[in-house]
Amino acid sequence: MKAKHRLLLAVVVLGLLMTGPFVVTSLLVWLDMQDAEREMLTKLLISRLPIGTMMTLFGFILGVFVIHRLFKQYVEGLLRMSETLRLMLGANRNFRVTPDGPPEVQQLARAANDLAQQRDALMDDVDSQIAAAKASVEEEKNRLAALMSELAQAVVVCNLDGRILLYNNRARLQFRALATGPTSVSGGALIGLGRSIHSILEKSQVRHAQEVIRQRLAGGKAAMANFITTLRGGQLLRVQMVPVLAADGGEAMTGYVLTIENITRNIEQEARRDQVLHSLTEGSRSALGNIRAAVANLIDYPEMEAELRERFLKVVGDEVAAMSQRLDQTMAEFSDSMKTRWPLEDILGIDMIAAAQRRIEDRLGLPTKTEELDDALWIKADSFSLVFALLYLAGKLVDHYEPRELRFRLSSEGKLAYLDLIWAGPAMSSETFYTWEMESMQVAGETTPMTLREVIDRHAGEIWYQREKAAHRAYFRFVLPVATPEVAPEDERSRGSGRPEYYDFDLFAARNEFVDLDRKLSELTYTVFDTETTGLEPSNGDEIIQIGAARIVNNRQLRQEIFNQLVDPERPLRPESIPIHGISEDMVRGQPNIDIVLPAFHEFCEDTVLIAHNAAFDMRFLQLKEERTGVRFTQPVLDTLLLSAVVHPNQESHKLDVILERLGIGIAKRHNALEDAFATGEVFLKLVPLLEEMGIVTLRQAIEASAKTQFARVKY
Amino acid sequence: MAHKILIVDDEPNIVISLEFLMKKEGFEVAVAGDGEDALAKVAAFAPDLVLLDVMMPKKSGFEVCEALRADPARAGLRIVMLTAKGRDTEVAKGLALGANAYVTKPFSTKELVAKVKELLAA
Repeated sequence: MKAKHRLLLAVVVLGLLMTGPFVVTSLLVWLDMQDAEREMLTKLLISRLPIGTMMTLFGFILGVFVIHRLFKQYVEGLLRMSETLRLMLGANRNFRVTPDGPPEVQQLARAANDLAQQRDALMDDVDSQIAAAKASVEEEKNRLAALMSELAQAVVVCNLDGRILLYNNRARLQFRALATGPTSVSGGALIGLGRSIHSILEKSQVRHAQEVIRQRLAGGKAAMANFITTLRGGQLLRVQMVPVLAADGGEAMTGYVLTIENITRNIEQEARRDQVLHSLTEGSRSALGNIRAAVANLIDYPEMEAELRERFLKVVGDEVAAMSQRLDQTMAEFSDSMKTRWPLEDILGIDMIAAAQRRIEDRLGLPTKTEELDDALWIKADSFSLVFALLYLAGKLVDHYEPRELRFRLSSEGKLAYLDLIWAGPAMSSETFYTWEMESMQVAGETTPMTLREVIDRHAGEIWYQREKAAHRAYFRFVLPVATPEVAPEDERSRGSGRPEYYDFDLFAARNEFVDLDRKLSELTYTVFDTETTGLEPSNGDEIIQIGAARIVNNRQLRQEIFNQLVDPERPLRPESIPIHGISEDMVRGQPNIDIVLPAFHEFCEDTVLIAHNAAFDMRFLQLKEERTGVRFTQPVLDTLLLSAVVHPNQESHKLDVILERLGIGIAKRHNALEDAFATGEVFLKLVPLLEEMGIVTLRQAIEASAKTQFARVKY
Repeated sequence: MAHKILIVDDEPNIVISLEFLMKKEGFEVAVAGDGEDALAKVAAFAPDLVLLDVMMPKKSGFEVCEALRADPARAGLRIVMLTAKGRDTEVAKGLALGANAYVTKPFSTKELVAKVKELLAA
């Protein structure tokens, strides 16, 4: 029964209570009376009736008033309070009941408030504990990722479907180096969070390796598999796979770690070495056979005719000459491969000299200086033994000639690096230096069984002693092979702050279908992109001059997995457009044209949903090129302009700048395709929860809602 | 009657020595410069023993050896393979194809003569 009805009932009951007893009593008395008594009573009553009625009415009104008061305070007040309690329970935790009404109700309100207070304290505590736990997990993950990124080996972690959960900087650089193509990203873009490793490594080989691991696991053996795979372009990779096992300690594989090494160069070197060995052994057999037979005949039959003797001698002469020539040729061709297999590292020459200087000053107390140093010169060296050799020579010089200081010099000539250790002092004999070269090195209490000669041989180098007469000084010259180091990894960490983006372990359980219209917006992988163009009329000959794109994976914008490419429009830029996009004529000339860039971009956004601001405009440009490039963008497209109109239908403007301000997104730089793509991505990530509040959760719902906005009718 | 020996090699510098050596040992000698020539000479000259080089133009020594062994009329023909390839696998192949002996260059002339005589005496 509703509260209002209960109030009415209470009023009726009150009325009955006030009149009922009197009426019933009067009736009983009336029935009991004689006629005379009745007449007397009527007379008596009639005259007093108005005052009685008045009193009763007054009493009744008073009663109703009291009942109403009580109803207001106890029933309606409590109802109000229960509503606010509900609010406290759900929507607004910080809300409190205002103590109001009669003391009992106020006490109840205070008790409820106290309970809420206690609950909040508990919840805050739980929240802070969860946050702390999360933070420590996050920190651990970050530490792991940082560790991985510093590894010299290329590491990629995948889930069972082959989606990449983690990769380190080395892997990124390695695959980028493998990429052959005119754009900055072709091939190299293939490595990315959430992307499939199968686009890089042969799927069947990966599956086979997984099978091998499963069998080894079942057999209780060390779970690991190796394979060698050939890439496009003939590069050879050695891949090692180890499983990631389920956290419960079981033997179920949940993913795998790949360490990848490019062995093309090693294999080539091995092959060349084999070739040398072969040409020097097998290649000599035949010639040696000819000589041996001829010589044997000459020896065994000394009495042969002069003419025959001449012919045998000629055989020997010719064969020996040919062999010598081949030997020279082989050595010239393969000198690089003939070098020692001692593991030498590429080291910056000046770094090694600095190390030697420190050791000499430390151990011998002898001051050192440097002269001309080629600070860009890399050498191939075993730095430990080389520094030791320098220290050893310095020690010998101190013992014999007491120089006041030593100097270093570093220069190069072709493939040879010259490292000079210079001192001022008298001439030394070559015999002395010879003994220094051949004895086991000992200096300042440190010894090694190696001789200076061995160290030099190990480097396939040379060493000699030389005087600079004019300057009254001498030097030891180390000749060492020059190294051509791999390009130092460029540091891209400046771009985008926050946690490193080379991993996302939440992808472990991710499903494999990439574009499914009925999946949640927050679960999909997106490519946010923007184009700069020569003008606003794609159907009138305007062309793309830049494409910038970034990926959104697992609700996070990845600032390192980007596509950023200028395009030669093969037509003049409009002078009035240059201030808008800041791209000038000479920036686009010599860049690849759209025929080359579009397929690379297509590859970059494979299996993702496209997002652009005012996507109809950009998509029109892409579609106009479909026929020419043979590349079709068939995936679903979302437009942040339309989505913004869905969320805020009453706002006048849905320009990107206005939305950025409305959603409180601060973006420093804009009007460059990549920066605009980033901004669009940020807008999209802010819009997703707002759409969810409106019940727009899946991709299909978002596309349908977009189509209903008035902006969806603009055509280009 | 002197045994007849066919020398098959495309390198004149070894042929000259082998020819001289075998003549000195009292054999009747013929020379072929490649594989096809060798098969023709075997037919025409009917040697008792062939000194067969492996690496030759047109037909390799292995092919010649196979062709000779495929002819049952020539079952008595002795074949000594001479080669500049010293790998075990090649030796095994030569012997499997029916060569009586396999000599790797550089070889000792004395040993070669001894081997030839031994094969012809058997």
